[in-house]
Amino acid sequence: MLASIKSNSFTAGSESKKLALMYFRVAIVLFGAQLVMGLIAAIQFLAPDFLLDVFNFSVSRMVHINAMVVWMLYAMLGSVYYMLPDETGVETVGIGLGKLAFWVLTAAVAVVVLVYIFIQVGPGKESTIWLITEGREYIEAPRWADIGIVVVVLIFYWNVFATYMKGQKTGIMTVMVADLLALAGLYLAGMFFTDNISIDQYWWWWVIHLWVEATWEVFVGTLAAYALIKIINAKREIVEMWLWIEVLMLFGSGILGLGHHYFWIGTPEYWWEIGALFSALEPVPLVAMFVHVLYDWGKEQGKAKAEGKEGNVMKNGPAMAWIVTNAFGNFLGAGIWGFFHTLPQVNIYTHGTQFTASHGHLAFFGAYATILIGMMYLGVQGAYGVERMKATFKSKMAIFLISFGVIGMTIALTIAGYEQVLVERAELGGGWDAYFTAQNLPWYVQAMVWRTIMGVVTFVGFVYLVWDLLTIGKEAQKA
Amino acid sequence: MANDNASVWTSIRFWRRSAAWVTGFATILLIWLTFDTMGQITMGSDENVAKASAEGKEIDRVPGPTVINYHIDYKYSAKRGHEVPVIGKKEPFFGKEWSPEEARKLLHLGKLTVQAKNCMNCHTLLGNGAYYAPDLTKAWLDPKWKMLGYLGEKTKEEGIAKFLQNPPQYATHLRKMPNLGITAEEAKGIVAFLKHMSSIDTNGFPRNFSKTVEQFEAGGTNAR
Repeated sequence: MLASIKSNSFTAGSESKKLALMYFRVAIVLFGAQLVMGLIAAIQFLAPDFLLDVFNFSVSRMVHINAMVVWMLYAMLGSVYYMLPDETGVETVGIGLGKLAFWVLTAAVAVVVLVYIFIQVGPGKESTIWLITEGREYIEAPRWADIGIVVVVLIFYWNVFATYMKGQKTGIMTVMVADLLALAGLYLAGMFFTDNISIDQYWWWWVIHLWVEATWEVFVGTLAAYALIKIINAKREIVEMWLWIEVLMLFGSGILGLGHHYFWIGTPEYWWEIGALFSALEPVPLVAMFVHVLYDWGKEQGKAKAEGKEGNVMKNGPAMAWIVTNAFGNFLGAGIWGFFHTLPQVNIYTHGTQFTASHGHLAFFGAYATILIGMMYLGVQGAYGVERMKATFKSKMAIFLISFGVIGMTIALTIAGYEQVLVERAELGGGWDAYFTAQNLPWYVQAMVWRTIMGVVTFVGFVYLVWDLLTIGKEAQKA
Repeated sequence: MANDNASVWTSIRFWRRSAAWVTGFATILLIWLTFDTMGQITMGSDENVAKASAEGKEIDRVPGPTVINYHIDYKYSAKRGHEVPVIGKKEPFFGKEWSPEEARKLLHLGKLTVQAKNCMNCHTLLGNGAYYAPDLTKAWLDPKWKMLGYLGEKTKEEGIAKFLQNPPQYATHLRKMPNLGITAEEAKGIVAFLKHMSSIDTNGFPRNFSKTVEQFEAGGTNAR
């Protein structure tokens, strides 16, 4: 991946794809940062004095989740720039401006992270909100950075839209262009201050929920559609029809599924019924996506066999492996683990416990990390102009260890959450002593030990992943 | 598909139009519900706070800032099947009654400080945030403050403010809150924010809050 830029051996010859790889490269670095921060936070659960007063849990945890959001957004932007010339049939129109936006964004992210790490908190004044942190989980970025992000995203969106208007308008691109508009516009809902915590959280969920349970999911649908055409030659008409069905089901359930965040924040009771009904429907499209990926794969393989062709239809083994992992992980992490605690009757006890953390880990990994890693493998294949890219030993170690590690963490956190729900909430009724009684029970501590071990496993997998991404292209070129 | 007439189920046009209609309908419904909810969770007036105290019934889901001048409780309502906040009699807050303007300013300082100190990346507020420290939704009503003897202060609010300015000194567990450089004024603001938050109608979350001081102190089993 690095060598591809240095030697300028980009056979794909597209500037848009080069820009995509720049985004992927920053994404993978931030992915690494996310894992390191996660490990620090996990250790702090077991040894609370670890880095106390130097790098408190609030800091490691904030950088942990922020690095995740930002690396995923980077990989998403990269994926769009990567598929844009393929889908539209023309080169991205404002590539110079696109590159400028990339550097501006990267510089801004670097400054924000340095401030998070070295300044951490500020006095209770407006200036802190503008310059240091907004202190709102996931969207902590200070206001100046918010405005910068909006400008950069406007440039990006103009690029995508103008290219779309100039080139051919495929179904995949139509969904992408509409979805990105909603995705970008929603960020504005998180850019204001209010003294009213209920109104604060109401709009905060507009950003968080309508990203990860609606617009990001549709975005994943477009990536999967593109990747299936690219990797196994799936028929465009079938893939695009599926995509429209997915949009229907994802938005049909996900938009009002927002209600499951409005059970306990001061909002009226009618959200119980709305939230319960629509979020119960949310897993349905995820089952459909899973079926669709496996079905298309089997169908194309069968067709090739019937035509007397030998071997595998996959043109990119590791990318396909990650996309199948995505199809299953999305269903399991977002669908099953989400449904676990989505009904208000259950959620009144599970809300704000490690149950949420377990769901968060498996869902972000299964629904997003997986397919974005798949897109990176497609990027490497394009960069080296390799016709067929097979999984190496390193690819296999990476996908196995990362998946195993994340599932391990999820199970550990689920057990911790179960204990917390029963002891802290059901038995002792919440509060200070109830909280610490549950946190200190041996079963809870044991689960946290396993979470940390599985975090290390994930990190080893990540090392294999980076190593593989850096070498697989060159190795495939030689072969 | 190539042959749209074959069946509506294989028509891209059908699914595209359905997707657009369903998305549009869900969005409009959400916007409509948002207007309704905003009306219900906007902070109520100070007159309503006084009225709620006098009549002993709930009026606003999110009361006005002067609620900090009143005793707040969280009691089981047989009608609703869960606990609801109850605004009681007037009580001094940091030794005085706060005018509407003063109360509003104090709450503003508190909310700003809660964000500036990044409370949400260890604690949960209304159940949202990180899971490294206790939920703060009803922290004002936590029996722990009484069990700690208000940290030697006369009132709960002074005790909490004292804690916030130097948390490690009053740590009860190995996992302690760090010193975040919270000033005396900011601490007052945070306590006002916590007291106000405990008066929000959260539909019974957290449920069955909490065991009483006596229950905690008795410990052990319920066997006599």
